[in-house]
Amino acid sequence: MLDFLRTRWAQGTRTSPFPDGPSEFPERFRGRPVLDPAKCEGGCQQCREHMPTDALVVGPDGRAALDLGACLFSPEEASRCGSGAIAYSRDHRLAAWERQDLVTATSEAPAVRALEAETRRLFGRSLRLRSVAAGSCNGCEAELVALGNVVFDMARFGVQFVSSPRHADGLVLTGAVSRNMREAVYRTYEAIPEPRLVIAVGACAINGGPFRGSPEVDNGVPADLQVDLWIPGCPPHPLTVLDGLLRLLGQMPAKAGS
Amino acid sequence: MTTFDTLGLRNRRSIPLAAVPVEPVSRFRDTVAQAVRDRWRLVALFGSPDAGGQTLILAVLAQDERGQLGAVSTLVEARYPALTPDCPEAHLFEREIAEQCEVTPEGHPWLKPVRRHPADHGRPGAIPTQIDRERYPFFQFTGDEVHEVAVGPVHAGIIEPGHFRFQAHGEEVLFLEIMLGYQHRGVERLLETRSWPDAVLVAESIAGDTVIGHASAACGAIEALARSRKTPRAQTVRGIALELERLANHIGDLGAIAGDIAYQPAASYFGRMRGECLNLLMTLSGNRYGRGLIRPGGALFDIPPAMAVEMRSRLEALAAELEPVGHLMLKNASVQARLEGVGVVPHQTCLDLGLVGVAARACEVPRDVRHDHPYGLFRFAHIPVATAWAGDVLARTLVRWLEVQRSLEFLIDQVGALPRGAVQVDCGALRSSELVVSLEEGWRGEIAHVVITDETGRVRRHKVVDPSFHNWSAVAAAMPGNQISDFPLCNKSFNLSYAGHDL
Repeated sequence: MLDFLRTRWAQGTRTSPFPDGPSEFPERFRGRPVLDPAKCEGGCQQCREHMPTDALVVGPDGRAALDLGACLFSPEEASRCGSGAIAYSRDHRLAAWERQDLVTATSEAPAVRALEAETRRLFGRSLRLRSVAAGSCNGCEAELVALGNVVFDMARFGVQFVSSPRHADGLVLTGAVSRNMREAVYRTYEAIPEPRLVIAVGACAINGGPFRGSPEVDNGVPADLQVDLWIPGCPPHPLTVLDGLLRLLGQMPAKAGS
Repeated sequence: MTTFDTLGLRNRRSIPLAAVPVEPVSRFRDTVAQAVRDRWRLVALFGSPDAGGQTLILAVLAQDERGQLGAVSTLVEARYPALTPDCPEAHLFEREIAEQCEVTPEGHPWLKPVRRHPADHGRPGAIPTQIDRERYPFFQFTGDEVHEVAVGPVHAGIIEPGHFRFQAHGEEVLFLEIMLGYQHRGVERLLETRSWPDAVLVAESIAGDTVIGHASAACGAIEALARSRKTPRAQTVRGIALELERLANHIGDLGAIAGDIAYQPAASYFGRMRGECLNLLMTLSGNRYGRGLIRPGGALFDIPPAMAVEMRSRLEALAAELEPVGHLMLKNASVQARLEGVGVVPHQTCLDLGLVGVAARACEVPRDVRHDHPYGLFRFAHIPVATAWAGDVLARTLVRWLEVQRSLEFLIDQVGALPRGAVQVDCGALRSSELVVSLEEGWRGEIAHVVITDETGRVRRHKVVDPSFHNWSAVAAAMPGNQISDFPLCNKSFNLSYAGHDL
């Protein structure tokens, strides 16, 4: 018993000060990538061919933009840009409300609009989520599990993962949706009572991630499920997930930094 | 006595594919079966389509006590006599061959799909083996009060998908059948079609908790095929990353085991300390799981002197915090009583099934690639192999705890003694028509990447064997006689990868 108390004392309180305190990331942390069009010399079309992913997109007007949803946050996606126009910032805020908001040509973080008043009244202070991994590598799931540890302690915001879809308010989908999981994804979704949210976590769920184009996967969340929150990353840092959820629930301002 | 000495096959030393003997099927079977009787072990057994329309079946074997590797192959048509009746550890490999190559191993006692999908390497015009529940009957017990419990693929928690079918009598499990494949993403095909170095992004995603292990094994194979020599500094950085990954996962598992038996203090403390190991990997690589670090030719990130000092002090602080928590949990009589005798894998079962890693070492089978087939840093710096004898949940817990302590000591030494030099060299083009076996001791156990190049030096076949592929059979073997309610604990003590198995 004495040992127990001594250990408890020594361990102290380790919960992250998020969202009130500073969130510190090491120098090499690869957060939201930023594109500096002023540095781009030869037009991004050339660089696109050397990219390991589809993170760099060129619009019909010839302007380059970054698709955070397709980005694997690999060092190569920055280093392959010949003119050094792409760099990773240390900003962990990546989530967006709409898929197209993940495609950005500015250096600002995408916005997450809070849920409408009625849904927010229902879920704002208590949200129960059901996780389904479907053709993932288990990286995103590991970070979702980490949200429950004493550091991130997601439950202090009223958000919890539950065992049964019947007890859930929303589906958290990870993975590129393998053929074998397609049916299970739909059946879990249908088992969640309405109104229900869908949250796509990680590059795989958003566009297939490193498995994009494999005949065994559907390149992410099925088109007929309406997604309420997109959280990019490979895998997203737990604070990236938490930041997106809290902004969706209206517990934090919609726009990062505001 | 079986010997493959003349081949010159070693961990990460590539040889011409033509040097691997192509035997008639019957001699191939005899060679493999005899080798297994002589204490060799199947590292991989897989098929690869041959130019002549046949399938090349290649067996890679290891003799761990003597640190040897061997390979033998055969060419087959649509069917061949199965190895499994003589060599049980081949059972899942042969099911995989049947599924990937549409070759039937005749006489296989349990020929069911592995990933229940159209064949990966199907020949043009062949009928794909579609998911067919009718042809996948679960093994069933009948009788009074015998009942069946089906779990999954969606589990009660944040867990990967898999289906577990229990035959039970009251609380007692009579039989457990595990059906996987839900995470199948076609990894091997992607590794074969994406070109290097970008294919490393797929290798990093084979199992998200084993980013360093799989990326190192894949890069080790590519470097051997390119005759690229890493600098001692690169080898040390990789060794450090690998042990950090082991530390993070083992500490996480100790916490998860504590959580499953409702021993909350250790669950909380270990859970937090796992995060500290991930944060160390993030300091090094920019990602909590070490993504972006391991690349052909070495590592993308160096450990500058200031970072080495910082890492060392954080590791020492971690060691000081870990010790009391480990003792708090493992010296507690009620914890020991709860873990003892649950989920026992007998020593002989371990040998028959060809288990690897923590699961094998907990059955007093001291298999460890770092010790048996050393490579990179582990040729110069040794970590003692940790074993236990009982083969139960307690033994697997103790092996993890010992490995946590030894890896920590090793890490504290290594970050203080980084050799000079560059951290990456150019890798160069791959040799044509060669075969390489790249083994890595990931935190779960032996990771094997076997790569064969074609005449133009492109990757023709990239076979991945995650330790989970060997070890899932052990979970099924450990359950009979236990209570159903002990399954989560038993499963957690193995903590196998679904993604790594399903590929």
